[in-house]
Amino acid sequence: MATARAEVLDSAAQPMTETPVRATATTPVCLAVESLDAYFGATRVVRGVSFGVQTGQVTAIIGPSGCGKSTLLRCLNRMHETIPGARVEGEVRFDGRDIYDPAVSAIGVRRHIGMVFQRPTPFPTMSIRDNVAAGLKILPRDQRPSKRETDDIVEHALRRTALWDEVHDRLNASAVALSGGQQQRLCIARALATSPTVLLLDEPTASLDPLSTQRIEELVYELRSEVTIIIVTHNMQQAARISDRTAFMLAGELVEYAPTNAMFTAPRDPRTEAYVTGRFG
Amino acid sequence: MGDRAYRWITTGFALVIPVLLGLIAISVFSAGWPALHKFGLGFFTSSDWDPVNEKFGAAPAIFGTIVSSAIALIIATPLAIGVAVFLSEFAPRWVRQPIAFLVDLLAAIPSVVYGLWGILVLVPFLRTYVMPFFKETLHLGDTPLFAGAAYGPSMLAAGSILAIMVLPFISAVTREVLLAVPRSQREAALALGATRWEMIWDAVLPYARSGIIGGVILGLGRALGETMAVTMVIGNRHEISASLFAPGYTMASQIANEFSEATTDLHVSSLMAVGAGLFVITVIVNVIARWLVWRMGRNQVA
Repeated sequence: MATARAEVLDSAAQPMTETPVRATATTPVCLAVESLDAYFGATRVVRGVSFGVQTGQVTAIIGPSGCGKSTLLRCLNRMHETIPGARVEGEVRFDGRDIYDPAVSAIGVRRHIGMVFQRPTPFPTMSIRDNVAAGLKILPRDQRPSKRETDDIVEHALRRTALWDEVHDRLNASAVALSGGQQQRLCIARALATSPTVLLLDEPTASLDPLSTQRIEELVYELRSEVTIIIVTHNMQQAARISDRTAFMLAGELVEYAPTNAMFTAPRDPRTEAYVTGRFG
Repeated sequence: MGDRAYRWITTGFALVIPVLLGLIAISVFSAGWPALHKFGLGFFTSSDWDPVNEKFGAAPAIFGTIVSSAIALIIATPLAIGVAVFLSEFAPRWVRQPIAFLVDLLAAIPSVVYGLWGILVLVPFLRTYVMPFFKETLHLGDTPLFAGAAYGPSMLAAGSILAIMVLPFISAVTREVLLAVPRSQREAALALGATRWEMIWDAVLPYARSGIIGGVILGLGRALGETMAVTMVIGNRHEISASLFAPGYTMASQIANEFSEATTDLHVSSLMAVGAGLFVITVIVNVIARWLVWRMGRNQVA
C-alpha cells in the first residue's frame, strides 16, 4: 500500500489548477481528481473539478452552502453513488488506479479511504469497543484480526483520538452514553481502526460545541503525519487553522486551490478574495 | 358556546372507550370469579375438564395457546423479516408497492376463510407430505415432538395457519421500522467498507431491533387471541401432548366451542375464567409490543 501510493500519479502529478504549487512539488500526490462531474439526477452539482491531494497533508475544502463541497468529498470514496439517482463522471486516481474503473470495487475503495460525517454516527446497539472494531469485523476473513489483535487496535485507535483515558474503564458501555464530541472522536477512531490511507471528514465539527470542536481540530492536526486528511468545512477559520492546502468551491466549480497561507493572504481569484474576506457566503 | 358543547361531546365519546374496556374487564372477571374461587390456582394447573362432574382445569388450553402461538412465531418471524428486508432494502420501487399491498391483503382475509382453507388444503397437505416427511424421511417418528398418529388436525396445523395470519402484521411493522432507520446509520456502515448485506446485518437490523421485537410481539398478541381458524384445524382435544402432530386446544377455541353447550353455572363461569386469563395475557403482550415500538420511535440517534 504505502509504497504503491508514492507512484500513484506520475502522470497526474502536475497541479491541475492555475495556481502553481512549487512548495509541495516534492510531496507525492495521494489522490488525483480529474475533470470530475457529479450529478443528482439531471442536476450537475460538481462541475469539472480537477485537483491533486498531497500525501500526509491536511486539505480543506471550503465554500458557501450548496457549493458542492460535500458532494465532491463523497465522490472521493464512492459514497456519492449510494444515493439513488446519483452518478459520477471523470476520474479519481488513487493508488495507481481510477477508483471509478469498473474493475475496482467500491467496498475496497471505502476500506482505504475512510469517512466521518457531519453528525456523529455511532452504532447505538454496539458497545464502545464494538463500535471501534466494527470496520475490522467486516474485513475479508484472511485480513480479519484475532480478538487479541482487535483489542490492541481498538486501544490504539482510541488513544490516537485521545479518547482512551476517558473510556478505557467502560469499553463495554453503550456508545450513545458518550457526549456528542466524544461520539465524533469515537467515529474517527472507528474510521482509523482499519488503517485507511486517506480520511475524509465532512464538516466533522458542525454539530459540536466550541470545546469539542477544538479537540477535533487538534486531533486532525496530530493525525496528519499518519493519514492524509481531506476536510470539508464551512468555517474558514477552521480551514486556516488546520489545513496545509485549501480548495475553494463555488457553484460546483473549483475556483482556487492553493497552500492555505497563500489562499487566505493573497487569493488569486477575486471570487476567492470576496469569500475569504467575508463579503459573501 | 358551540365550542364548549363540541368539546364536551367529543370528550364524552373519547371516554366511552376506557369505560367500555373497564366494564368488559369487570364483567368477565366477576363472571369467572366463582370458578376461580372454587378451584383456586388449580384452575390453571389442572388438566381435568369434565363438565359432567363439574371439574374444570384450563392447563391444556393455556398450554395449547402458548405452544400454537410459539410455533406461529417460529415460522412467521424469519419469513416476515425476510419479506420486510426485501421490501425496504432490495426491491425496486415498482415491485415494492404491489408486494407490500399483497402482504397487507393477507391480513384482510376473514379468519373463517383461513379456517376453511386450513381444513381443506393445509391439513391434508400436512397429513400427506409434511408429517410423513418428519416421521419417515427424517426418522423422527419416535421422538416425543413428532410422536403419535398423523391425523392432520394438530398443534402443527394450528401453528402453521397462525403463522400465515400473523405474518402480515410482523412484516408491516418491521418494514416501517426498517424504513425509519436513519440514512446516516446506513452511510456509516457503507463508509467502513460494508457490503449492502453487511450494512443491513450489522447496522440496520440492530438499530431496528426493538421495533422488530415489538412487531413480533404484536403478532403474538394476534396469535394468542385468534379463534376461528384455530378452532377449525387444531383438533379440539383437551389434553397436553408434547407431540406437534397431536390435536390440542387453545383458550380461545375452547371458549368458542363450548359456550353454547355450557349449561351449568360453574361451566359458564369456568369459560369466563378462561376468557379472563386470555384477556390478561393479550393485554400484557400488547402493552409490551406498543411500548417497544414506541421506544424505537424515540430512540433516534444523531
